[in-house]
Amino acid sequence: MLKNRIIPCLDVKNGRVVKGINFIDLKDVGDPVEQAKIYSDGGADEICFLDITASNENRDTIYEVVERTSKKCFVPLTVGGGIRSIEGINKLLKCGADKVSINTAAVRNPEFIIQSAKKFGSQCIVVAIDAKKNNNRWEVFTHGGQNKTGIDAIEFAKKMENCGAGELLVTSMDRDGTQFGYDINLMSKISSKVNIPVIASGGVGNLDHLVDGIKLGKASAVLAASIFHYGRFSVKEAKEYLDSKGIPVRI
Amino acid sequence: MNIAIIDYESGNISSVINSFKKASSNLNIEIKIEVTSDSKKILSSDKIILPGQGSFKNCIKSLEKIEGLKDILNRFAIIEKKPLFGICVGMQMFADKGFEETETKGLGWISGNVKKINNKNNQFKLPHIGWNELSFNSDSKLFKGIKEKSHVYFVHSYKFIPDDEKLISSRTNYSEEIVASVEKENIFGTQFHPEKSDIIGLKVIENFIKL
Repeated sequence: MLKNRIIPCLDVKNGRVVKGINFIDLKDVGDPVEQAKIYSDGGADEICFLDITASNENRDTIYEVVERTSKKCFVPLTVGGGIRSIEGINKLLKCGADKVSINTAAVRNPEFIIQSAKKFGSQCIVVAIDAKKNNNRWEVFTHGGQNKTGIDAIEFAKKMENCGAGELLVTSMDRDGTQFGYDINLMSKISSKVNIPVIASGGVGNLDHLVDGIKLGKASAVLAASIFHYGRFSVKEAKEYLDSKGIPVRI
Repeated sequence: MNIAIIDYESGNISSVINSFKKASSNLNIEIKIEVTSDSKKILSSDKIILPGQGSFKNCIKSLEKIEGLKDILNRFAIIEKKPLFGICVGMQMFADKGFEETETKGLGWISGNVKKINNKNNQFKLPHIGWNELSFNSDSKLFKGIKEKSHVYFVHSYKFIPDDEKLISSRTNYSEEIVASVEKENIFGTQFHPEKSDIIGLKVIENFIKL
């Protein structure tokens, strides 16, 4: 039986983890590679890096991070943030990333998703959809949630599937950072509309939220950042909890 | 030991290189890995890895683009019978035929076809992505020391259906029974990605190195 995946996400800026935890055995708290290794040793099904480096001159830092991580972690590694060219994807994959997550560039130019999926295969193209509720619909936002687009998130999800995305990473902008849990309606609406796996993101504050994301939100995988960063729960604890609630996980 | 990873521009092989390096250091066996499509280098290596990502059709096409490569692979695997490991579409290409995009002739090493997973009218999402369990069909050298129901990482929408059931070494279940690995004498293949399957995957690679 296919297991539901738990994916810890690390925000990386200029090659350093933004919100790190103080694991006792960490030599360098800010090093994304050490954190990723702790997650993969703890049973993380995948690792996700979100590169939030703002300045162009520091953009290359992510490549070095990915290269070092892929020598230590032998689970799938997804990298997102600022990817807008075929060369950019190629470089990340060459450094050892397995998938790339594309947000703004997918909205701006859906043709880019078609081309990337053709060149690298759908299996490594994840489209990240940032959505915000507006009356009875959800609107797609870009640039890390700053820019409105007027595009309907559910229709956009379907479009991205048709363009060749292998997975969708759906983040609720309303919930992100609140710890109130995923936007279950958004997740389940998108998940029932498309026939590719949906990764739920944004708003996890406790382990029940992960359960809800899978059971009610119908997500194939759940992504979380802060509950793992701040050491509130380990990946192992999260998996044991899901298992106790009857959700199939890899233990 | 010299291991050649066949370079035919079929996607991401960094993870494959890294995992083989890690597995060999776990074993304390020195290996030299070369990513190559050079016939001399391929034939002089002890073992080869045939990776593969994307569609069956594109992989076969890319393989055929490199002059003489198919013949060299045939010579290595079929005539000289040296160990070869196909991963994902690399394994699927062992088949006679693939039906992704259009009907495409495969390498024909293990007779059978490659067809789309029956997702029961969209009840199951495709690709089949994530960690799934192995159930063994026969004693395989690749799975020595690995327990039944161990988890490995899959990402695919098409499945290999060999004619001869005896060549199936393990299966997994996603909407239906799916071949997870095949083994025919010196030819090994996994549908899953050992390079992304953590400790179990490294163990599979170690077993291949030890052959």
